[in-house]
Amino acid sequence: MTATTDPSPRRLSLEWLGVAPFILFAVMFLILPTLYLLGAAFVGRDGQLTLDNIAGLFTGQILAAYWISIRVSAASAVLGAVFGLALTLAVIRGRLPAPLRSAVMTFSGVASNFAGVPLAFAFISTLGRLGLVTILLKTLFDIDIYRAGFNILSFWGLTLTYLYFQIPLMILIVAPAVDGLRREWSEAAQTLGASTWQFWRHIGFPVLWPSVLGTLSLLFANAFGAIATAYALTGSSLNIVPILLYAQIRGDALQNPGLGAALALGMVVITACANIVYLVISTRAERWMR
Amino acid sequence: MKPSKFWAWAAFALGAAYFLVPLLATFEFSLRMRRGYYSFDSYASVFSDPAFQATFLYSSLIGVLAIVLGVLVVVPAVYFVRLRLPRLRPLMEFVTLLPLVIPAIVLVYGYIRLYNSSSLIPFTGSALGTDILLTCAYVTLALPYMYRAVDTGMRAIDVRTLTEAARILGASTATIIARIILPNILVAVLSGAFLTFAIVIGEFTIASLLNRPAFGPYLQNIGANRAYEPSALAIISFLVTWGAMGMIQLLARFAPRTSVRTD
Repeated sequence: MTATTDPSPRRLSLEWLGVAPFILFAVMFLILPTLYLLGAAFVGRDGQLTLDNIAGLFTGQILAAYWISIRVSAASAVLGAVFGLALTLAVIRGRLPAPLRSAVMTFSGVASNFAGVPLAFAFISTLGRLGLVTILLKTLFDIDIYRAGFNILSFWGLTLTYLYFQIPLMILIVAPAVDGLRREWSEAAQTLGASTWQFWRHIGFPVLWPSVLGTLSLLFANAFGAIATAYALTGSSLNIVPILLYAQIRGDALQNPGLGAALALGMVVITACANIVYLVISTRAERWMR
Repeated sequence: MKPSKFWAWAAFALGAAYFLVPLLATFEFSLRMRRGYYSFDSYASVFSDPAFQATFLYSSLIGVLAIVLGVLVVVPAVYFVRLRLPRLRPLMEFVTLLPLVIPAIVLVYGYIRLYNSSSLIPFTGSALGTDILLTCAYVTLALPYMYRAVDTGMRAIDVRTLTEAARILGASTATIIARIILPNILVAVLSGAFLTFAIVIGEFTIASLLNRPAFGPYLQNIGANRAYEPSALAIISFLVTWGAMGMIQLLARFAPRTSVRTD
């Protein structure tokens, strides 16, 4: 550690020593566990290499679980992105009072982290059978949302709940991009005779597009891996992939460890695909912008 | 320009309704424990529950340990990559993004299969080992946020000049990191720390699957068995999250901005 007179080869090893804990940590707690599951997905009960586990994913309950998960994640990601973008545009470009903007940003920081079990409690108190909104709608307007087919333990109930952390996350991530839309650009467009619609069609949205798309994939992955909210909301009654995997880890519900690993692998493949799609499209979009 | 302002207000009002109504409804529900009139009985019931105190304390402790371990792992790595190993930077960016791509439930499944009691490193073989594994899992979950906080902090200060000056005065590398770099990026590190705490305190999936007596599984258990306490707990959790985020905002005002930028 007498660094002042270090010859450079020893200093080089010192640098690696500083980075080593990080690399070791990443290997032990990120890379190895994931690779282990990836490997286990291709091993059968008798210890031989097999594709049976992967084929097992495309059957009955598991396929249905993937389908519901993908729909909930996609719906909450798309709606979260649309409403989040609308709110961001309203707050930043809609000439609302400045304090509102910082209030919205602060609240988004809190709400995007207010996920998990407490969020489920909040929505049960709001839209559950005895929830405040449910009862108010019934007594004031004579609208029984449960008789109309709504259920907090359903696809739309879960999507509506997920939006509570998806919208704020969208706001937090897309706000810098919206800030990057300079006033001069819309002024220049106006000077050249462009309508508001033309400005957004040819300048505003093309500039925002990559960050919107990128956040969309992030929101998708965020919802796809989320389990705590869904579990606290519905118990194990809703058949989505994370809940199925939870039951598998808890008590080998599929009665096949290899199939469990394949289930986890499928989740990683889907979230990874979402991110690759983003990378491809955003680099292409950047090339278009030049 | 009038209509655009109208739509901005309309969007804001709709958003405010969506985000505030559940909080109000939850609060209202949490006051209804005693029949006929509002009371704070559900809060009293929560706070007097020994299991609440024990699990909250346990999760706070694991959270603090995760923050310390996270700082120890991330700060030296970011420092050396900035100063001497810039070619490792893309790798670090990639690795720190992985926890956002790989769902927590997949990670914990990997841990359970890889580090079981008959493996080479039997983390899950003992209670202490599982606590260590849980701490490491939380460091992993918070890695994207901690890395970005520290990286932003180091970008705002002149790492190279500080290092050279300290070296000329005879400081060792450990001294430089602990007594020069860390104090200068303290605000950034603390933001990362509070964010880590907010993520960890109510975490359910990993704690539950590792069978540890943490706050998240306790919440879930209360939710399944009680009527009014869950909404009181939801309000308490919201306030804790708000507190952690509020600290970050407060700290941001003290961030050093005067230093020279070198890149």
